Amino acid sequence: MKELRDLTRKLLADGDAGVVIGWEEGRRGARPAFITTPDDADKLIFDARCVHNLANYLNPRKPQVKALGKPAVVVKGCDAKAVAGLLREAQLTRDRVILIGVRCGGVVQTPEMPAELTEATVATRCYGCDVREPKLVDHLVGDARPEPPVTAALDRRIAELDALSPRERWQFWTSQLAKCTRCHACRQACPLCHCERCITDKTQPQWIESSSHLRGNFAWHLTRAQHLAGRCVGCGECERACPVGIPLSLINRKLQLVVKDLFDYTVTDDPEVPAPIGAYAVDDKQEFIE
Amino acid sequence: MAATDTPMKPDGFHPRITAFVCNWCTYTGADLAGTSRLQMASNVRIIRLPCTGRIDHMFIVKAFERGADGVIVSGCHPADCHYTAGNYHARRRFGVFRELMDFMGIDPQRVTFSWVSASEGAKWKDVVNETVARVAELGPFDAYHELAGDTVTGGEPAPGPFEAASGAETPDPLEELEVGR
Repeated sequence: MKELRDLTRKLLADGDAGVVIGWEEGRRGARPAFITTPDDADKLIFDARCVHNLANYLNPRKPQVKALGKPAVVVKGCDAKAVAGLLREAQLTRDRVILIGVRCGGVVQTPEMPAELTEATVATRCYGCDVREPKLVDHLVGDARPEPPVTAALDRRIAELDALSPRERWQFWTSQLAKCTRCHACRQACPLCHCERCITDKTQPQWIESSSHLRGNFAWHLTRAQHLAGRCVGCGECERACPVGIPLSLINRKLQLVVKDLFDYTVTDDPEVPAPIGAYAVDDKQEFIE
Repeated sequence: MAATDTPMKPDGFHPRITAFVCNWCTYTGADLAGTSRLQMASNVRIIRLPCTGRIDHMFIVKAFERGADGVIVSGCHPADCHYTAGNYHARRRFGVFRELMDFMGIDPQRVTFSWVSASEGAKWKDVVNETVARVAELGPFDAYHELAGDTVTGGEPAPGPFEAASGAETPDPLEELEVGR
């Protein structure tokens, strides 16, 4: 913690960064913090409640963050994957951001929870984590933390759904998507939903009906998932932002597994590795094509 | 139109199939099937696009929204793309989208992906007949059509604003064309 605060003080005092984006203690657990003066550096914290993917603030759709000057962002390994996604897609250049990596020992599901990691509280995204020490960073702080308890709950749920008939899956998803109010919080919370103008906001032609009936909801959620296929880092911010509790992580995780199976691709924190959609191999699988 | 051996349910369900095809291969192949006078089910409405790479997953969703019971996506064989790589990109996208549809409960059997070259008129006939037979077996896709509770499908198009005002009956376009008989 001291290391992080000292570094923040130094970056702000030297003028290397205009703002350091990290986490602070809030009324309901950890929350994102924008530190602009060295005196405030002591507000910063990092523990298992620091769930938020702060790479979201590097998203070019957020001009209010840009106004604060060059950002230094505290990233966990999984957050660094989202930064790599933005770099890969030319939404960000590496010299425009300072990345402060923190060694992570897993996070809990929501920032309001106590910072105790058990199999019941650990976030599903920590399952199979391969980046507990972020690589794509300028500074690496914090001591190595013990490996978190892991839970394959998400993959188990997907396997359960896969075992159902299409009709039963349809019933499951219609009951889930019927709740959707089309507030688009899932889009706003996503660090990789960075289109200047989202297709769901376009009306001429209107590909996705904006009313929150099931037909529009299906079009939206199919499109959201498809557009994130092979790009989603699985941070689960969409699901956490969803006010009606649609299990979006199921869809995202399913597509991660599909992309792994079809193209042998796992989302990575190396911005030089191209994303699978937009690239191709001549010998891609094509059993589904007649 | 001469009678064909289109499989059809006894209740007279004529599936509506929308085909999104590439201009350079499948469209020409379908044209060849026509000029060769191959007999095939006439349930398919073809929409011609420059390349399978131009075919977005939203096209499939929109087709289902507007009353299609099945969809065909077809284009050039690998290595034959007029634009070098459009079909390779499409193959990746639709490989993923097919799995996504399946996971969301949309039976992927309603969507046929195929490669049909300009010389494969006979293959196009088979793709059409097989898709029509499969979708006829699955029945109308009312589950999707009725998602918003306002769409009438299954051979009875919803009346447009003018027909409704004048009270004139809309002839069933499928009836008129003896589709699938």
